[in-house]
Amino acid sequence: MSFDRLKEKLNILADAAKYDVSCSSSGSNRTNKNKGLGNASASGICHTYTEDGRCVSLLKILLTNHCIFDCAYCVTRKSNDIKRAAFKVQEVVDLTINFYRRNYIEGLFLSSGIFKNADYTMERLVAVAKKLRLEENFNGYIHLKSIPGASDELMREAGLYADRLSVNIEIPTTSGLKLLAPDKKREDFIKPMVKVKNEIIQYKAEKKLIKSTPKYAPAGQSTQMIIGASGETDKDIMYASNYFYKNFNLKRVYYSGYVPISYDSRLPQIGAEVPMLRENRLYQTDWLLRFYGFDITEILNEHHMNLDLDIDPKLSWALRNMNEFPVDINKADGRMLARIPGLGMRSVYKILKARKFRALNWDHLKKIGVALNRAQYFITCDSKDFETRDLTPERIKGYILQNSKTKFNSARQAQLSLFS
Amino acid sequence: MTTRFTLNYDGTFDGFLTCVFEVYEKKIKIFNIQNIAVAQDSLFAQSYAVQTEEVKANRVWSSLKKRLTPQACHQLYCAFLSERTGIEDVMLRYIQKSLKSKRSIATDFSDDDVLKVAQLAKMVNREKHRMEAFIRFRLTKNGVYFANCDPDFNVLPLIRKHFLKRYADQQWIIYDLKRDYGLYYNLHKVDIVNFQFDKNFDPTKASSDMFDEDELVFQTLWRDYFKSTNIKSRKNMRLHIQHVPKRYWKYLSEKLPE
Repeated sequence: MSFDRLKEKLNILADAAKYDVSCSSSGSNRTNKNKGLGNASASGICHTYTEDGRCVSLLKILLTNHCIFDCAYCVTRKSNDIKRAAFKVQEVVDLTINFYRRNYIEGLFLSSGIFKNADYTMERLVAVAKKLRLEENFNGYIHLKSIPGASDELMREAGLYADRLSVNIEIPTTSGLKLLAPDKKREDFIKPMVKVKNEIIQYKAEKKLIKSTPKYAPAGQSTQMIIGASGETDKDIMYASNYFYKNFNLKRVYYSGYVPISYDSRLPQIGAEVPMLRENRLYQTDWLLRFYGFDITEILNEHHMNLDLDIDPKLSWALRNMNEFPVDINKADGRMLARIPGLGMRSVYKILKARKFRALNWDHLKKIGVALNRAQYFITCDSKDFETRDLTPERIKGYILQNSKTKFNSARQAQLSLFS
Repeated sequence: MTTRFTLNYDGTFDGFLTCVFEVYEKKIKIFNIQNIAVAQDSLFAQSYAVQTEEVKANRVWSSLKKRLTPQACHQLYCAFLSERTGIEDVMLRYIQKSLKSKRSIATDFSDDDVLKVAQLAKMVNREKHRMEAFIRFRLTKNGVYFANCDPDFNVLPLIRKHFLKRYADQQWIIYDLKRDYGLYYNLHKVDIVNFQFDKNFDPTKASSDMFDEDELVFQTLWRDYFKSTNIKSRKNMRLHIQHVPKRYWKYLSEKLPE
């Protein structure tokens, strides 16, 4: 095997894998055994970041970019005229081990185009993971893609060696899927997801009785949706996401702004801007649902089908629900504190703890790290000063936008001019 | 006017705790506590060198452990490793308040000293986490994985366990060039080592007389991999530099010029 050929393969197959945004290496509890290599316990580590600011935590590659499918949004689709390559199992193992030993990565994220059929492909992915675990005594993180349509037996085996499994839903609506990926059926995506979910439930139950039950996908499963490829609303996306979180116990749903890669008339054209701001707002919403105690219907509903681009979803919610404010920082419960714009969960924690010692004033809040430029309109504290004017939501929004700097200034310019 | 004292200690955590012991034991009117290596004389105080004594240090530490949770104790230790000027005085006040109070003061975030300790501990932990991420080992000719660094804070004591658990089957060295000491794992235990580097030694280069012949191959593959993961239409250098500040680039093989 020449070094140049390996280098070329790595370039092709890393390039093809980069549109998968998941890079998380956290949530597993695999520990180093028998003085082996690696330790996937505790929180994840981002070893470096790409120039577009995404974290690089795993060696993220495709086993091959040969594919029998022709999904319009995918760069490795059959009809696309690109260089094709395939790794041998041993090559992936060697790369992973040597990168890991140098502390470049937390582990491997292995995906693949579909060659021949689903099972044939899945079998090869499993072979890599198995070899790493059993022959190399590797205890780092392994994320395998569940190939849509793969058999239950293979999914069972995959979970025994992998920390995380994922199937990408890609298109949030069934109609969009039909349009852009006519070869694929929604059921094929769901099937491996159901299997993994049931295996995890079963593992947890057995673990209680028999301590030595082998681990099954300890870091759970995740999925990804492409944003802005099929004309869907934010409500479509977040309701789909909510459905998957609730029904499949997913650890994460990732949102990937569509990067135009073809001149297919069904899709945004090459040169069209990647909807990064929208993607950011979706992630903020995702966080509000998972950590801040919001219900999806509070943020997106029939009257509010899309998220505001100029302000974050929590501020947007607060401005529509001014009757809930102002909140007394020294009295409100954690749930309500978490709903105040400008307060993150860390600030909420600090406030809950610190106010047991003395009532907090503006100075305390500022030092603790509360973003007062937003929070000041929604709170009272141990001070005679507070917002006494009866401001309309529009005015508050105007003041906040005037007094805040954002990395998304250019995307926001249009709205700002309304207030200046 | 009563004389106040500046206590000078050897820069170790035990040394600092010994100072705290002396403050209580001898009821010293304290002006400040200083690491002898960076000590400055003051017009207003008389200097006094404190000999580190483990027994005294342990007594202070164990009485703190009774007042604070293990996490809070660890936070205090992390704040110490920040090596910030004046951190000793903040910590002394923190300890005095702790010993006076009936309950743990560790979450009294509207107290300036408590907040300062919490914030410094967070900065130190962030640096620890960065070192766990940005350490890059290079395989030397004699089979040892070698990495050098110069962290903002003295975090080697904090990252020891992480690397020990992770790389149990390979020999490795992590060397702090700024503080001139390193950790060496010899497949059995981790020792603290000091090296005399050759004058021409350039920590950013992987010279072929020192490193394994395959070393450059993997560095090249890694750099190429890093390049292939970029999505050009999403380029955002501001965010990139925020995540990977430039002062760390010299140790990241993917960021070095070819």
